[in-house]
Amino acid sequence: MSEPSRDELRRLVGRRWRIGAVLTAVMMIAYFGFIFVVAFAKPTAGELVAGGRVSLGIVIGASVIVLAPVLTAIYVRWANRHYDPAVKALREKGAP
Amino acid sequence: MTTTSLGEPNGVAIAWFLGFVAITLGITWWAARRTRTANDFFAAGGNVSAVQNGFALAGDYMSAASFLGIAGLVSKSGFDGLIYSVGWLVGWPVITFLIAEPLRNLGKYTFADAVAFRLRQRPVRIAAAGSTLAVVTIYLIAQMVGAGGLIHLLFGLPYKAAITLVGAVMLLYVLFGGMIATTWVQIIKAGLLLVGATLLAVLVLSKFGWNPLELFAEARRQYGDGVLAPGDLVAQPLEVVSLGIALMFGTAGLPHILMRFYTVPDAQTARRSVAYATSLIGFFYLVTFVLGFGASVLVGRDAIKSVDKGYNMAAPLLAEVLGGTGFLGFISAVAFATILAVVAGLTLSGAAALAHDLWGHVIRRGEITEREQLRVARAATIGLALLAIVLGIVFQGQNVAFMVGLAFAIAASANFPALLLSMMWRRFTTRGAVASMVTGTVSSLLLITLSPTVWKDLLGNPEAVIPLKNPGIITVPLAFVVAIVVSLIWPEPEAAQGFTDAHDRMHLGAS
Repeated sequence: MSEPSRDELRRLVGRRWRIGAVLTAVMMIAYFGFIFVVAFAKPTAGELVAGGRVSLGIVIGASVIVLAPVLTAIYVRWANRHYDPAVKALREKGAP
Repeated sequence: MTTTSLGEPNGVAIAWFLGFVAITLGITWWAARRTRTANDFFAAGGNVSAVQNGFALAGDYMSAASFLGIAGLVSKSGFDGLIYSVGWLVGWPVITFLIAEPLRNLGKYTFADAVAFRLRQRPVRIAAAGSTLAVVTIYLIAQMVGAGGLIHLLFGLPYKAAITLVGAVMLLYVLFGGMIATTWVQIIKAGLLLVGATLLAVLVLSKFGWNPLELFAEARRQYGDGVLAPGDLVAQPLEVVSLGIALMFGTAGLPHILMRFYTVPDAQTARRSVAYATSLIGFFYLVTFVLGFGASVLVGRDAIKSVDKGYNMAAPLLAEVLGGTGFLGFISAVAFATILAVVAGLTLSGAAALAHDLWGHVIRRGEITEREQLRVARAATIGLALLAIVLGIVFQGQNVAFMVGLAFAIAASANFPALLLSMMWRRFTTRGAVASMVTGTVSSLLLITLSPTVWKDLLGNPEAVIPLKNPGIITVPLAFVVAIVVSLIWPEPEAAQGFTDAHDRMHLGAS
């Protein structure tokens, strides 16, 4: 593999790890945020909303469950649209 | 409700169950004729599609413990069950973002392939096989003991007969059909479980004007505000955080899950397959939450508890109340199929560690014929199936609930740090990997032995040495620190040089 292509691959891979790390961090913050609310702010988690029919804790927990596939979909969309074509171009330029 | 036909032989359940076994054994027969090479046996020839692998991943992961156990926990304590559901799911995005694609490009059959790619093969393989077998054995014990108890409750079959039946049918799948049969068993099981749980949830919601809020409101009316609020589970916040760390990073270190990424043709398919799996599993946990509340409101806590003190029968009882004996039979058969599929996946990943990592790379140093590899894999499968049956019988009546948490703790601390660092960090070394995997395995086992669950409750000591029930908060950071410190103290220039090669392959693909 030529030096310019290698630099380009490094930049591309660096971008993928950064996006992966940011999305992982978002998932962790959401999840541990939920746990901290449940553990350290019990009254907040138990607070009733929607006319007393549901608690804030249930709303937050269900949102974290929904967030997981949403973040995954965001990543897959980015990777399919930007990452894969760039990798393909690099492979065609000079596959190792 | 005062009477239930649960635990009595149920014609519909037996018919559904026999149908499931007949179809899956038929598939096994078909798969056996297509299983000619080790690649077929361990990786289904690499021909599984994204949707198929998505369902199979979900099938491998959604155990009877999460279906019956979480529905039961929600019916018993309401909100608290949600803490588990969320925890079981959040590891999946981590697999997508960090692990799935490089793993697919770097390895062949086991996650040790990826860790050992540019490191010295034998020490890494021995350590990885050790942690894999620890995770698989402990997870198998939890599944088998759970299976024996559940099948006894569902069908009235004696415990030992149930264990032997599960072990025998699972052995047929894996021994003859390898990964091809196991994949289809997972797909069918995931489909049945999702259909069954969704139907049940639809029936529940039909009673509440299709509005989950009305269901929660009714639960609150019957059981008070507490049902919607955090309860006993979070008496010790640190405990919940520690379990959370084990669940989040343990999912990305489970050998039977990681192995599934080799069944797809390329990294892009691997990525898409985890996305499908994450959606299916997330949907499943939302449905389970509805089932738990539905059971507490429509069956009633006292009725659930009178059948099983552990509340595990909440979902089957709900099915009986809403759909009669026939629906109960269907849900019972689905739970049985769920158990079979999960133990099949676990056994296959244990066989891969034994035949591919230990026999193929450590004993034969990579010089092994297809024939021999297959023969050893099948012998390992038989050994593991017998082990599963024996352990299931030995641990009868023991409280094994903590073992699932322990399996996740080992996976999170022994497998995840070494796997991630081998992919990301140029200066990672053989010694660093081995030290990290050994530390992760040993420290998890040691700390759980000294924990309240084992030291106090199981061994009868007055006080636990370590107050934590799950060691994740200590062992995961410890494994990372050990890996980094050891790698920095003893550098390995060959491993660093090999990183460039690994890097290209990880991201550009193998060919």
